[in-house]
Amino acid sequence: MTNPAKARVATIWLDGCSGCHMSLLDMDERLLELAQRAEIVYGCLVDAKEFPDNVDVTLVEGAVSSEEDLRKARVVRARTRVLVSLGDCAVTANVPGMRNPFGPGPVLERAYLENATLNAQVPTGAVPALLPEVLPVHAYVPVDVFVPGCPPSADLIFSVVMDLVEGRQPAVEGVARFG
Amino acid sequence: MSDEVRTLVIDGRDVAGASGQSILSVARENDIEIPTLCHLEGLSPVGSCRLCMVEVEGTSRLVASCVTAVEEGMRVTTRSSRLLAYRRRVVELLFTERNHVCSVCVADNHCELQELARSLGATHFELAPLHPVAEVDATHERFVLDHNRCVLCGRCVRACDEIEGAHTWDIRGRGTTARLVADLGVPWGESTTCTSCGKCVQVCPTGALYEKGRSVAEAKRRRPYVPFLVARGQA
Repeated sequence: MTNPAKARVATIWLDGCSGCHMSLLDMDERLLELAQRAEIVYGCLVDAKEFPDNVDVTLVEGAVSSEEDLRKARVVRARTRVLVSLGDCAVTANVPGMRNPFGPGPVLERAYLENATLNAQVPTGAVPALLPEVLPVHAYVPVDVFVPGCPPSADLIFSVVMDLVEGRQPAVEGVARFG
Repeated sequence: MSDEVRTLVIDGRDVAGASGQSILSVARENDIEIPTLCHLEGLSPVGSCRLCMVEVEGTSRLVASCVTAVEEGMRVTTRSSRLLAYRRRVVELLFTERNHVCSVCVADNHCELQELARSLGATHFELAPLHPVAEVDATHERFVLDHNRCVLCGRCVRACDEIEGAHTWDIRGRGTTARLVADLGVPWGESTTCTSCGKCVQVCPTGALYEKGRSVAEAKRRRPYVPFLVARGQA
């Protein structure tokens, strides 16, 4: 059921730890205030199978690490008016990017061969292939708002989302911080 | 430094300093804040980080305020959109040259580079990070050197040379291959000059030098200790 009076807000989770989504939930009772102004139309907190069209604001958690992350980032960008990189992984690649000096090959070997005690093998099917480098979202698609932080505080996420659904430019510069 | 007075204008304010005094020093005496990274009161200024650049009327060239002496009638601007753009770019270059992962860094919450990025309003970087392979030297029995976090400010080099008198540290190489080295490039634990005094650790602005056993966000510097370290010559 859609409500035309409410902004259509989505979230998506690429290569991150879900901490940014946890911080989003940390806004506690303000979720009710947000729910008055926005409808969550997609994300790991709601049961929707396909990323919908005509989304006003999408919060992207996580870096682009795999072919599947990249596919999602492109779909989300095409169907979203204001794309928000939420948190250090989306903004800088952060912890997922720590594999970049070594590349995906040695990392997969370390995880699936050297440290395996049973059936040592690098998976080739059912999981998406890793990209050569982990990169921030804006390395692939244009991003409108950057909210660094690991995670960004619930206060900051609330103010950014409310600013966006009410048509204001969010105040992030000088407030948000890496880490 | 002589006692001759120099009068000048900084950000529209009439101020005075002694001849030979730096623009940065006069500005700070007058509560005009200029961002710095390689500068530390009590160590010799080197002007290497370029964050303290200011505009001086009559020249299109920006000058590093920590190594530029005040002159009579000088008109200085410390804040402008041009300076902010340069300062953000300096921070961006520092962040993208090594592997600065604030969220898992020992210096998280206590880092001058992290705070500079916030205060200058840097929310993301356009430059592609280099992701270099950078070593961690944990051979010293008490301290660790993590090249991933080093910004080559040289504070440790100067504290070790000018305050401790050991001159264990130097910077070897150029550009992106430059690295902090102990003695002539030996593992820190094998240095024959290091006195293990820890002054370098206290003056490090990032998580490049820290005490062993510190985990994420635990490398809080004992900053009140720093003025005592560098107090020589100020009597």
